[in-house]
Amino acid sequence: MRHIISILIENEAGALSRVSGLFSARGYNIESLTVAPTEDESLSRMTILTVGSDDVVEQITKQLNKLVDVVKVVDLSEAAHVERELMMIKVRATGKDREEMKRMTDIFRGRIIDVTETTYVIELTGDSTKLDAFIAALDGGLILETVRTGVCGIGRGDRILKV
Amino acid sequence: MMISGAEIVIKCLQEEKVDCVFGYPGGSVLHIYDALFKQDLIKHVLVRHEQAAVHAADAYSRSSQRVGVALVTSGPGVTNTVTGIATAYMDSIPMVVLCGQVPTSYIGQDAFQECDTVGITRPCVKHNFLVKDVKDLALTIKKAFHIAATGRPGPVVVDIPKDVTAQMCEFEYPKTIQMRSYNPVVKGHLGQIKKAVQVLQEAKRPIIYAGGGVILSDAAEQLTRLAKKLDFPVTNTLMGLGAYPATDRQFVGMLGMHGTFEANNAMHYADVILAVGARFDDRVIGNPEHFGSEQRRIIHIDVDPSSISKRVKVDVPIVGNVADVLDEMLKLLDTGCKTDPEVADWWKQIDTWRGRNSLAYRQSNHIMPQYVVEKLYEVTAGEAFITSDVGQHQMFAAQYYKFDKPRRWINSGGLGTMGVGLPYGMGVLMANPGAPVACITGEGSIQMCIQEMSTCKQYELPVKIINLNNGMLGMVRQWQEMFYSKRYSQSYVSSLPDFVKLAEAYGHVGMRIEKPEDVVPALQKAFTEHKNDLVFMDFIIDPGANVFPMVAAGKGLTEMILAEEL
Ligand SMILES: Cc1ncc(C[n+]2csc(CCOP(=O)(O)OP(=O)(O)O)c2C)c(N)n1
Ligand SMILES: [Mg+2]
Repeated sequence: MRHIISILIENEAGALSRVSGLFSARGYNIESLTVAPTEDESLSRMTILTVGSDDVVEQITKQLNKLVDVVKVVDLSEAAHVERELMMIKVRATGKDREEMKRMTDIFRGRIIDVTETTYVIELTGDSTKLDAFIAALDGGLILETVRTGVCGIGRGDRILKV
Repeated sequence: MMISGAEIVIKCLQEEKVDCVFGYPGGSVLHIYDALFKQDLIKHVLVRHEQAAVHAADAYSRSSQRVGVALVTSGPGVTNTVTGIATAYMDSIPMVVLCGQVPTSYIGQDAFQECDTVGITRPCVKHNFLVKDVKDLALTIKKAFHIAATGRPGPVVVDIPKDVTAQMCEFEYPKTIQMRSYNPVVKGHLGQIKKAVQVLQEAKRPIIYAGGGVILSDAAEQLTRLAKKLDFPVTNTLMGLGAYPATDRQFVGMLGMHGTFEANNAMHYADVILAVGARFDDRVIGNPEHFGSEQRRIIHIDVDPSSISKRVKVDVPIVGNVADVLDEMLKLLDTGCKTDPEVADWWKQIDTWRGRNSLAYRQSNHIMPQYVVEKLYEVTAGEAFITSDVGQHQMFAAQYYKFDKPRRWINSGGLGTMGVGLPYGMGVLMANPGAPVACITGEGSIQMCIQEMSTCKQYELPVKIINLNNGMLGMVRQWQEMFYSKRYSQSYVSSLPDFVKLAEAYGHVGMRIEKPEDVVPALQKAFTEHKNDLVFMDFIIDPGANVFPMVAAGKGLTEMILAEEL
C-alpha cells in the first residue's frame, strides 16, 4: 500500500539525515521525500511517500515518532487529504511537434514556462498519476529531461498538522 | 561571572551529580581536561583505550541508577568509542558521551583529527548534538542527560568543538527542561491496564515474561509483588536476569536460545503472556512462525511503542514506564484478585518439564565451565556483581549464577560485544566501591580489552577475572560442531599468552587452575586473601563443553537440543 507520511520536525542541521538514515537502516522504502521550513521557521515539514504493508507503516510512524527531533507524524493517506506534485519537463519542440506539445500541455492544464527555437519547458502540477499519464502521453523520444518535486500533501478540512 | 566553555562542561557535570568520568585526553579536549584538573568533585578514570571508557561508563550506569559519562577526544578518540556506544544503544543504557571536535571554523576541512562524529554515531545513539555556540552548551548538556535517562533510555553524544570550550559565557544550568518534540509517556492507559488485569485473571496457563526494561525502570520489586500475588510462573530474558529472584520457586529460568526446557515450553504453550519490558527478539522466541502457531493472548508493557507489535502481534498493548504501569496493576489487584483454578494444573505441567533437569551437564576429568560458575555462586553467596563477555562462558554465567537482585548481571545482550567484561568490571566498581565483582570471560574475549588490566592497577579495581579457558572461540566452535560438520574454521586460538605471567606483568595476581578439586580453594583464596587484588584466574576447562539447551537459529522454541550425555 502507498502511504503519504507527513512529519513536523525541528528545523535543525542534520534533521533530514536522521529521517533518511532511519529509513535506510530499517529497510523502509522512500519513493519520494520533500522538505522545507513551515511558516514557523523553527519547524520543517517533510512529506515522505512510502510503500509498505500496514504493519510496516505502523512501525515507520512509531520509529519516526521516536526520533527526538520529530514533533509530530501523521499518515495522511489514512483519511481525506489532497496531494500534489510539481514536474518540469523539457521536450524537443520543432516542426509539427511544436504545435502538438502545446496542445498536450493545454489538455493536461500545464504551462509552458520556457521557450527556445527547439525546446519547451513545461510545468505541470497534479497528483502523481496525472504526471505519469502526461509522460506516457508524450512521444518518449522527444523528452529531454524531467524533474519532479516528489509528493506533498495536506489533510482536508479540520485535519490539521500543527504544533 | 563569565567562565569558559570547558568550565561550563565541568559545572554541568557537577550539577548532574556526576562523580566519575571515564576518558582519554587529546588535542580537542585539552581545555576540558584543564578544567577537570582544577577541581576535585569529579574523579576521572584514565582508561587505556576509548572503547573501554564507554563500556565502563555503560556498566557504571547498569550497576547503579545513575547516568554514566565518558569523555574522549575528536577523530580516533570518537571512532574508538563507536563499539561501546552501539553496545549501550542496543541494551538501552542511559549514558552521555562527551566528544571533542576540531574548532568550528575547521569543520568540513578534513582538519587533523576531524571526523563527522554526529554522522558516524547517528545510527547508534538515542540522540546526538553538535554544539556550535558556547551559549547553547549548558542547555545542550542538560538535554543530553534528560534524553539519556528518560523514556526508553539510551546513549547521547555531545560533540563539542575546541573553540567552544575556550569561549567565555555566563553559566546558568536550567533546572527543568521542556522539549516540544520529546515527551515520553510515563503513565499507562488506565483502560488498557484494567483490561490486562482482567485477562490475567482469566488465564489458565499464564507466564510472566520479563526483560531488561524491568531493570531499567527499577521495577523488580513491583514485578515480584505482582507475580507473588498471582502465583504465576516467571521467566527472564538474558537482559532481565535479576528482575525476578532466580532462587524463587516461581522462577522457571531464562528463556530463549539457551533457555531452560521449562521456560521455553511454558512460554510456547501459555495461553496468556504478560510481557514486561521485553521485546520478543529473535534470540528469545526463535522462529516467529513456529511461535505464532499457538493460540494465546499477549499483554505487553513497554515504554517504547515501537517495541510493541513489532515482531509479534499483541492483544493488550500498554505504553508506559514499567514501574508506573505495574503500580497501577497492583492497585487494581489489591482490591481483589481471583485467578483461575486451572492454573494449578499448569503448575503441575511446569513441574514435569522441570523434572527434565535441562541444566544438568556431563561430568569430566577436566574442569567443566558450568561447575566453575556454580562454585563461584556459592563462594560469593550469590552477592557478587557478575560481568561477562560474549560466548559460551556468557551463557554458562547466565544459566548457573542465580541472580536474586537486579543490576547484578552486567552483559552485552543486544549487540553481543566481546571485550566488554573487564571494562564492565571497572565501571561496576566505580559505581559500587568495595563490592565483589567477577568478570566471567573466555580467552578470546578477554584479549579484546586486556589492556585495561593496567587501568585496574592504577585505580585499584580488584575485578576477579574468571577466564573459562577452552582454547577455543567456543561459541563459534559449538556452531561449527553442530551445523558445519565439525569444520572448525578459525575457531581455535593458538599461541595464547601465559595469562598468569601476563597478570603479574600488569602488577596483579595470576592463578592457573587445572583440576576440578582446585576450583573451590582457588575461588575462596581469590575472594578472601586477595579480596583487594585483581586476580586473573585462568581455569583450563573441558574444551568440548557445549551450551544446552539450545534452540538452533530458525527453529521453534520447543525444538530444543538438550544435553547429549546425562
Ligand atoms: C567483537 C566480536 N567479534 C566477534 C564475535 C562473534 N563471537 C561470538 S562468541 C565468539 C567466541 C568467543 O570466544 P571466547 O571469548 O573464548 O568464549 P567461549 O565461547 O570460548 O566461552 C565469537 C568470536 C562477537 N560476539 N564479538
Ligand atoms: Mg574460549
